[in-house]
Amino acid sequence: MPAPSPLAPGLTPRDWASHPPYLSPGYKSTTKRGPTRPLVPLARALAARRAPVYGHEDIGALDHDLTRNAAKNGEPLGERIWVTGRVLDEGGRPVANTLVEVWQANAAGRYVHKADQHHAPLDPNFLGAGRCLTDAEGRYRFLTIKPGAYPWGNHPNAWRPNHIHFSLFGEYFASRLVTQMYFPGDPLLAHDPIYQSAPAGARERLISRLKLDSGGEPGFALGFEFDLVLRGAGATPMEA
Amino acid sequence: MALKQTPSQTVGPYFAYGLTPEQYGYDFRSLFGPVLAEPQAPGEHMRLTGRVFDGDGVPVNDAMIEILQADAQGRFIASRAEAAASGFRGFGRCGTGTHAALHYWFDTVKPGAAAVGEAPHIDVIVTMRGILSHAFTRVYFEDEAEANARDPVLAALPAERRATLIARRAAQPGGVVICRFDIRMQGPKETVFFDL
Repeated sequence: MPAPSPLAPGLTPRDWASHPPYLSPGYKSTTKRGPTRPLVPLARALAARRAPVYGHEDIGALDHDLTRNAAKNGEPLGERIWVTGRVLDEGGRPVANTLVEVWQANAAGRYVHKADQHHAPLDPNFLGAGRCLTDAEGRYRFLTIKPGAYPWGNHPNAWRPNHIHFSLFGEYFASRLVTQMYFPGDPLLAHDPIYQSAPAGARERLISRLKLDSGGEPGFALGFEFDLVLRGAGATPMEA
Repeated sequence: MALKQTPSQTVGPYFAYGLTPEQYGYDFRSLFGPVLAEPQAPGEHMRLTGRVFDGDGVPVNDAMIEILQADAQGRFIASRAEAAASGFRGFGRCGTGTHAALHYWFDTVKPGAAAVGEAPHIDVIVTMRGILSHAFTRVYFEDEAEANARDPVLAALPAERRATLIARRAAQPGGVVICRFDIRMQGPKETVFFDL
C-alpha cells in the first residue's frame, strides 16, 4: 500500500498580491485565454510534490553562454552583458542546484522563433536560448547580448521593452515560475501592458539592477543583476 | 517573510527554441520532452493527448503543457538513477505548435494511486501567450470510476465541473491506449484550474 503523500509544512502559498490576474484587458490575448472562474483550492499534498528530476549532466558546457552556444562563424552583434543573480525563497534561503532556463530576442529585437515575422535581421551567431543550474548559494550566471525592443501589435505601435524570459522550477512542483526580466530606466515599461499587469509595488521586482562589477574581466561586458524569489518552505510553517 | 515572490509574466509566443527546441526542430538540446516512458517502463502504456481551446473555441497553437505524475506503482521518481533504471521519467513537456491539428501529446504509463484515498491522476501546468500566471489542472481517468468517486479533490467539485478533469479512453488500431484530455480556458465547459 503506498504511503500518503508527504506534506510540505510551510510551503508558502501563491501570493496573488504579487502576481498578475488572469484577465488583464490591456493585454488583449488574456481576454480569450485567461480562466474566468475562481481557482479551486487544492489540498497541500500536491504542493509537496517535488520538481522534476534532472542533473548537471543535462546541461551543456556552453549552455550558460549565449554569446558562444550558437556561434557559427563569429561573435553575435550587440552589447555583451552578464546577467547574474540569486534564486531565493521567501525566507531568504538560497534555492541551490535548481534549473534556470532563459530565452530572448537578439540585439535587433528579432527572435529565432519561426513565428516571429518582425522585419529585423536574424543573427547567424545567436540563438538566444540558455540555461544553467544555481550553485550552493543559489547563484546563476549568463553571458548574453542585450535584447532589442520589438513591435507586437497589441495596440497601435506597441513595442515590448527589452526583456529576457526566465523559466524556473525551484524545489517543488508548485514553486514553478515563468517570468521576464526587464532593464532599469527603460521608457517602454510605462507603456507595456504585460509589465503593467503585475500589481504596482510588485512589478518593480522584475527590473534588473545595473551592476558594473559582475565579476568578469573589466571592459568586457556590462552587468545586470536580477534576483528571483520563489515559493518555498517558509519561515512560518502552516498548521498541520 | 523577508522577501516577496517575483511576479509571474507570460511565457509569450516564442518559447519554443528555448524550452521545447527539439520538438520544434531547433538546433538545441531539449531537457524535457513528450516521452516520459521508454518501452521497458512497467505499467500500462498510453498516449495522453488533446488540444487547448480559447474562449472562442479556437485551438491554441502556442501553448506549452507540462505534466508530472507517479509511475504505475504510484511512486514519484526521486533521482536520475531511478529514472534511468526504470525507463520512466515522471515529467514531460510538449508544445501545441507542431502537430497538424495542434495536439499536445505525451507517451507515458498510466499512473498508480500515489496515496491512500487518491484516484490515479496526472498534474498539469498550462501556459501560453495570454496567460500571465501559469494554470494548474489535473487529469483523471474514466476507467477509475470507483476511485474517482472517493477522491477528495474531485468530490469537492460541483458535479457538472468534474467531467472537465476526466480523460476519455480510446483504443487505437495497433493497440496503444489513447487518453484524450482537452483543456478549455473559458466557456461553459471551462476546465477546472486549481489554486495550488
